[in-house]
Amino acid sequence: MESPPPSSQPLVELSGISKHFGEGAARVDALHGVAMTISAGEVVGLLGPSGSGKSTLLNVIACIVEPSEGRMLLDGEAVFDGRWLRRDLRRLRLEKIGFVFQTHNLLPFLDATDNVALAMTLTGEGLDAARRRAWELLDYLQVGHRRYAMPAQLSGGEAQRVAIARALANRPRIILADEPTAALDSVRAGIVMDLLSRLAREQQAAIVTVTHDEKIMDRLDRIFRLRDGRLNA
Amino acid sequence: MNLAFREIRHKLGRFVLTCIGLSLLLGVVVTMAGIYRGQTADALALVRSIGADAWVVEAETHGPFAEASRIPGDTREMIARINGVLAAGSITIQTIQADHGSRRLRLQVVGFEPGRPGGPARIATGREITRGHYELIADVQTGLTPGETLRLGRRTFTVVGLTRGSVTLSGDSIVYTTLRDAQELQFEVSAPASRREVARGAQHTATDIINAVILRISPNVPVDSVADDVRRWKHLSVLTQAEQETILTTTVIERARRQLGLFMGVLTLVSAVIIALIVYTLTMDKLREIATLKLIGAPDRTIIGLIVQQALMMGVIGFVFGASLVFAAKDWFPRRVVLEPTDLVTLFGIVVIVCLLASSLGVRLAMRVEPGRALVG
Ligand SMILES: Nc1ncnc2c1ncn2[C@@H]1O[C@H](COP(=O)(O)OP(=O)(O)OP(=O)(O)O)[C@@H](O)[C@H]1O
Ligand SMILES: [Mg+2]
Repeated sequence: MESPPPSSQPLVELSGISKHFGEGAARVDALHGVAMTISAGEVVGLLGPSGSGKSTLLNVIACIVEPSEGRMLLDGEAVFDGRWLRRDLRRLRLEKIGFVFQTHNLLPFLDATDNVALAMTLTGEGLDAARRRAWELLDYLQVGHRRYAMPAQLSGGEAQRVAIARALANRPRIILADEPTAALDSVRAGIVMDLLSRLAREQQAAIVTVTHDEKIMDRLDRIFRLRDGRLNA
Repeated sequence: MNLAFREIRHKLGRFVLTCIGLSLLLGVVVTMAGIYRGQTADALALVRSIGADAWVVEAETHGPFAEASRIPGDTREMIARINGVLAAGSITIQTIQADHGSRRLRLQVVGFEPGRPGGPARIATGREITRGHYELIADVQTGLTPGETLRLGRRTFTVVGLTRGSVTLSGDSIVYTTLRDAQELQFEVSAPASRREVARGAQHTATDIINAVILRISPNVPVDSVADDVRRWKHLSVLTQAEQETILTTTVIERARRQLGLFMGVLTLVSAVIIALIVYTLTMDKLREIATLKLIGAPDRTIIGLIVQQALMMGVIGFVFGASLVFAAKDWFPRRVVLEPTDLVTLFGIVVIVCLLASSLGVRLAMRVEPGRALVG
């Protein structure tokens, strides 16, 4: 594990994060004392066998899953310390975190433009301005020509890029991706990963992506390996 | 951007079908209210069409419409002499059936004395009864036209004029004829009974029985003083026009409100359950989208708005469409349907409340959705 460039600012800081589901005989320890620091401009991968806790870790960073113990800072702000320190976690997500899913998860009743623009309007941006920025993002991701297409009419790769545009809508500092390339062929997977790397550098964002995909390993700055909820470099 | 509207547009067919179903249901609710108002309006039209200030009827009855009232034929002459009575007219009322072409009409025959109170207040087409015998003024609802003839009992009557809106409490059309013809008809129809009365030595034969005397009273004399004078005859009682109106409308209201109120209540409940179920399934269908919204950071108000607005759109469109349907079709109903703006506004308010309550089920479901659900493939 190579250490991040000293100049860069840490965006995700975890220490002693554990998570267990259920109690007694049904208890599952999904995460065990996980500590990690991810800095602006980095693209890191989470690897590990199925059930090793990758998604759980990603969801903890996303403030969707509450850790059982530990401490977490996002963008320099203490968010969790044995308990949530912020009540409006959704607002935090809206402003700081972008998501890219394995399946694209676009809203089926909005066209590509509005899927992207919606996230912006939720922060109070006007619809016209939001749409213009959505077009810029779609152009940037090379799906500008599909701006009026409904999700059902998009190919897997197009939908994935629209979803990435949505993840970028509010210029998040942290982008979380759960197997973003699983549904794509190797060429498209490469394009998506190139894009994420470029984003990390251009927007000084931290990108955390869960992946099983061997073909994209070389595009990751760092790799965290999980086994039974424990991190080993 | 309005997510509720956008989602509906995406699945327009299903939404339209839902709204059509709902509008039929709500249309029935509106019709019930309209029929109820129609009955009240009919009842008032009936008493008002005669244009009386007071009604003299048999003692201790609420005649002649709500209850049977039988008084001697010479009552009118006695009453006419009371100070303050400007005019008095005898009327008879009886229900009979008559065949008109292939249809069987149920009619209420009002016998009145031409030139005295008791006849139709307004004739829409045709003329008043002028000849002494066998002329009729009928309500348009009968389908009769001036010049046509109609057999009542053993006589053939000629229709000379038409009224509009003369309908009894049970929805039968009213026809007017002279008192003499009406009494003759009454005697014919109930001949055996009245003959038996005569045989028993009854004072008044059936031909000399009337049902009420209609009074016009001088504006300078209080109705109460006339009423007191009339009540000195122990076999008579007096109802003012206002009392008569209250009797008829409350008679109607008591029966109709309970019946129609029950139906309306049940149907509103059914609509509520249906709207709740629709909203619930609509929410079930988009749990993943709701999870996605939560994940990208949409506040609860966005999600609640999505569900509640759809429920409201459904209810409002259903109601407006249903009410318009009834409005367009109301003249084809067998009973009079009167759509009062206040009733429509009240029902609309109820529908809105029902929608809000019904959507709470969907909202609770949506609030329980975990944002992480959007992440599972
Ligand atoms: N909500 C939950 N309730 C109970 N147990 C859970 C829950 N979520 C995850 N787990 C358990 O925690 C462990 C880690 O799960 P996680 O989903 O993080 O694995 P993963 O590494 O993402 O696996 P995969 O590669 O198959 O996606 C598993 O044993 C899983 O069964
Ligand atoms: Mg997983």
